[in-house]
Amino acid sequence: MASEEQVKNSAFDTEAANCLVKELRATVITGKTKSYEWRVSQLKSLLKMIEERDKQICDALFSDLSKPEMEAFIHEIALVKNSCKVSLKKLKEWMKPEKVKTTLGTFPSSAEIVPEPLGVVLVISAWNYPFLLSVDPVIGAIAAGNAVVLKPSEIAPAMSSLLKKLLEEYLDDSAVKVVEGGVSETSALLEQKWDKIFYTGNGRVGRVVMAAAAKNLTPVVLELGGKSPVVVDSNVDLTVTARRIIGGKWACNNGQACVAPDYIITTKQFAPLLIDSIKHELLKFYGEDPLNSPDISRVVNSDHFARLSKLLDDDKVSGKIVHGGQTDKSSLKIAPTIVLDVPEDSLIMNEEIFGPLLLVVTVEKIEDGIDFINSRSKPLAAYIFTNKKELKEEFVSKISSGAIVVNDISLHLMVDTLPFGGVGESGTGAYHGKFSFDAFTHKKAVLHRSFLGDAPARYPPYTAGKLRLLKALLDGSILGIIRALFGWS
Amino acid sequence: MRYSNRYLNAVGRSWNEGRSVEELRQTFKSGKTRGVDWRKAQLRAILRLIHENEDTLFQLLQSELGKHPVESYRDEIGVVKKSVDHALNCIDQWMSPKKGWLPLLFFPASRKLLSEPLGLVLIIGSWNFPISLILDPLIGAISAGNTVVLKPSELTPKCASFLANKLPIYLDPKAIKVIEGGSEVSNQLLQYKWDKIFFTGSTKVGKLVMAAAAKHLTPVTLELGGKCPAIFDSLPILDIEVATKRVASGKWGACCGQACIGIDYMLVEQKFAITLIEELKKIIKRFYGDDMRNLKNISKIINKVHFERLRNLLEDSDVANSIVYGGSFDETNLIIEPTILLNPPLNSEIMNEEIFGPLLPIITLDNIKESIEFINSKPKPLALYAFTKNENFKKQILEETSSGSVTFNDTMIQFVCDDFPFGGVGQSGFGRYHGKYSFDTFSHEKAILERSFYFELGPRHPPWNNFKLEFLRSAYDYNYVGMLLLLLGLKKPSRA
Repeated sequence: MASEEQVKNSAFDTEAANCLVKELRATVITGKTKSYEWRVSQLKSLLKMIEERDKQICDALFSDLSKPEMEAFIHEIALVKNSCKVSLKKLKEWMKPEKVKTTLGTFPSSAEIVPEPLGVVLVISAWNYPFLLSVDPVIGAIAAGNAVVLKPSEIAPAMSSLLKKLLEEYLDDSAVKVVEGGVSETSALLEQKWDKIFYTGNGRVGRVVMAAAAKNLTPVVLELGGKSPVVVDSNVDLTVTARRIIGGKWACNNGQACVAPDYIITTKQFAPLLIDSIKHELLKFYGEDPLNSPDISRVVNSDHFARLSKLLDDDKVSGKIVHGGQTDKSSLKIAPTIVLDVPEDSLIMNEEIFGPLLLVVTVEKIEDGIDFINSRSKPLAAYIFTNKKELKEEFVSKISSGAIVVNDISLHLMVDTLPFGGVGESGTGAYHGKFSFDAFTHKKAVLHRSFLGDAPARYPPYTAGKLRLLKALLDGSILGIIRALFGWS
Repeated sequence: MRYSNRYLNAVGRSWNEGRSVEELRQTFKSGKTRGVDWRKAQLRAILRLIHENEDTLFQLLQSELGKHPVESYRDEIGVVKKSVDHALNCIDQWMSPKKGWLPLLFFPASRKLLSEPLGLVLIIGSWNFPISLILDPLIGAISAGNTVVLKPSELTPKCASFLANKLPIYLDPKAIKVIEGGSEVSNQLLQYKWDKIFFTGSTKVGKLVMAAAAKHLTPVTLELGGKCPAIFDSLPILDIEVATKRVASGKWGACCGQACIGIDYMLVEQKFAITLIEELKKIIKRFYGDDMRNLKNISKIINKVHFERLRNLLEDSDVANSIVYGGSFDETNLIIEPTILLNPPLNSEIMNEEIFGPLLPIITLDNIKESIEFINSKPKPLALYAFTKNENFKKQILEETSSGSVTFNDTMIQFVCDDFPFGGVGQSGFGRYHGKYSFDTFSHEKAILERSFYFELGPRHPPWNNFKLEFLRSAYDYNYVGMLLLLLGLKKPSRA
């Protein structure tokens, strides 16, 4: 079975990719994907697929990541379902042309912005939320009326093959395709001309994707990651704070999430209290032996296990572990681990952790945390727990990040009225809800004019009077126009 | 000799660039550019700059591009003035956070979107509108609170020097810098890490800009061009004159066809072609005159290279034979006569390259509806023009073609509408600007979610069980009654 799969995959070269794109372009030209009916039928099918096959989806997530069913449900299935429902409910409204006010200078005229599909788009997704990060952008692409190729991550193989099977079964095969594979398949795909590339992953590959896109002037959305900080002030509700941090760190795929807290910043005095509180809640959540808790995901594969072990084995780091640190290579499990005050030049302080290790950085004054964050690349999310209004406001205005959540973790990605995306090193472009529709849509500017009201000032032969009239017209000053027309100025 | 001086200057300056970039980063860090007062002061300074130097600008544009002052005002100075006025009127509103409600599930919580500056941005301008294509994006960058490096085109060196000399006098020189120079300077600049690059120019250079930006994950806006078609349906006799005037101004009126949204070629029904051509000839005579030695109100070709490029487009004898009007070249003054070609071969260079000059091919069709297929066989243009009174045909054009913008029954004026997004799609570029869109282009919209500490839902956290799963199912369906029943123990989890 596996070898058959490999043979099939290796056959997917540049030529095969080219044929695939041609086939989809042919579909787009028929205009079928542009219709409201087609979009709705596809979204409804997706919804049906999720409802009928949620068991298989959970199984695949368990096989790839040992993801607990609960997590699979909250973070993947429910979010995708919600996306589908929101799109179905709002699609008509989103597709409506938007009227625009025009100026006196172009009177009489009317203007509108007409949303239209971009054409054929490529979605390259990631392994950590292999269902959500694959299907959610596809929903946006379909809602906007595009043909789409999905390349799921080869690092979550069970989900990759399930997606291929399910999308082929439930969706219009002439407009939605799944290509499985790794680097060579992705390279073959990137050589093609797309109308948009939507990539979720890391900054290194993000650069490769954007450079490939540049050859064809293809716009890109890059959903990357970064080291998302959590500032914890000393006046907070300790239990709730600890629970929410755990919820956003270990209960979200064991830290393997792009918005997971990477490091905590708190004051020297408060750190022991906070760490104790986290330890206490961890015990309640995962018991004495977290390596064997069914409620926590594993590390995705041995490469990532080795990468994370290396971060911990660093001499500068290993002595700083204040909680956890247990690993089990055979089951690829790493216990929730807290590391206190590692040197700034250690690897773990400079790479995105993307796993169950949480750093605690202590500062003299909590306000120093803001400078600490600003001295690094812009993160995808920045979190703060505080009851102080001034600190909150300072944080919100001074920290540049994809999103900011005050007094909670990761919750913003469940709100479909907030754009989800990064800035700087954490990516460009955004999606979710209407923002997904917009990410895959070209907003065409349309101006309607009649043959009346033709201002001669626009045309040669040019005179000083025409210059005056033009100035008045561009000013939008009615008095000026009248004066210029009558030659009074 | 002068060129080599400029070259030396550029090289001499390049070691200074690093320092300039560092200074601008420091300025941004200081937070000064974020304040609304700073932004407004800079915008007002742009107004003062163009107001106090209007005559100088008229002279410079006349000398470098042969632009008549009225044309210069319409396409450059006036455009900038209008943009600043609009930005000053709207900036408070643009900057205010957008707040919104959240579903009860998240109670108590609030959300808002806050526009923040990206940081340090690079704007690369183009020579055909050397003032507006630099200052118009600058207005957006300043409105959004960024520090900026401007790189005007080296092909209009006088305008570039004007900007380099005058901007530091009017605007905050610690936040806004002009760097002069050619491609070697551009290459140098593209090595730095910017928070946004805004480029106006050709497709070829656009690709290089984006490839360089990819190294730093810098988002780009690419304002490119393409072959913008004008569909000309059969019109009632009364409307023909207005329509052809507008065609003429869309072809020859703006920088002599050297405009990214200028008409490239026209599509017309066979039976209507002669009427159109005759009418165009009349208009050309009225607007520009027919004495090649003394053409009026028309810009010149930017330089020898472009002059030769345009002349070469007509080299092919099949193309040359298709000329029905004009075709004269004045090499000393770099003037090309408004020229009309009827049905040049479709595989000729002139029908496959962006013309960017005063040559107008007219392609005839049996039925005007065929124009849709014709346009779709080419890359997506920046602008599409259609002169028609047929509402069904308009609808069909809108639905079946793709372009940056569509303008019915006029040309070029989409450029001066406030809050009308200006930008391309496909080969004509991506990203958009003008009015609020300029502000957005240079802003990051930060998503902010705020919660308080009370009301923590237990089922959010492990250890997991069926009750929690069932509770969350209700929660995600916004089924508050179900949630309540579960919490009160009045409903059993179904998968026990």
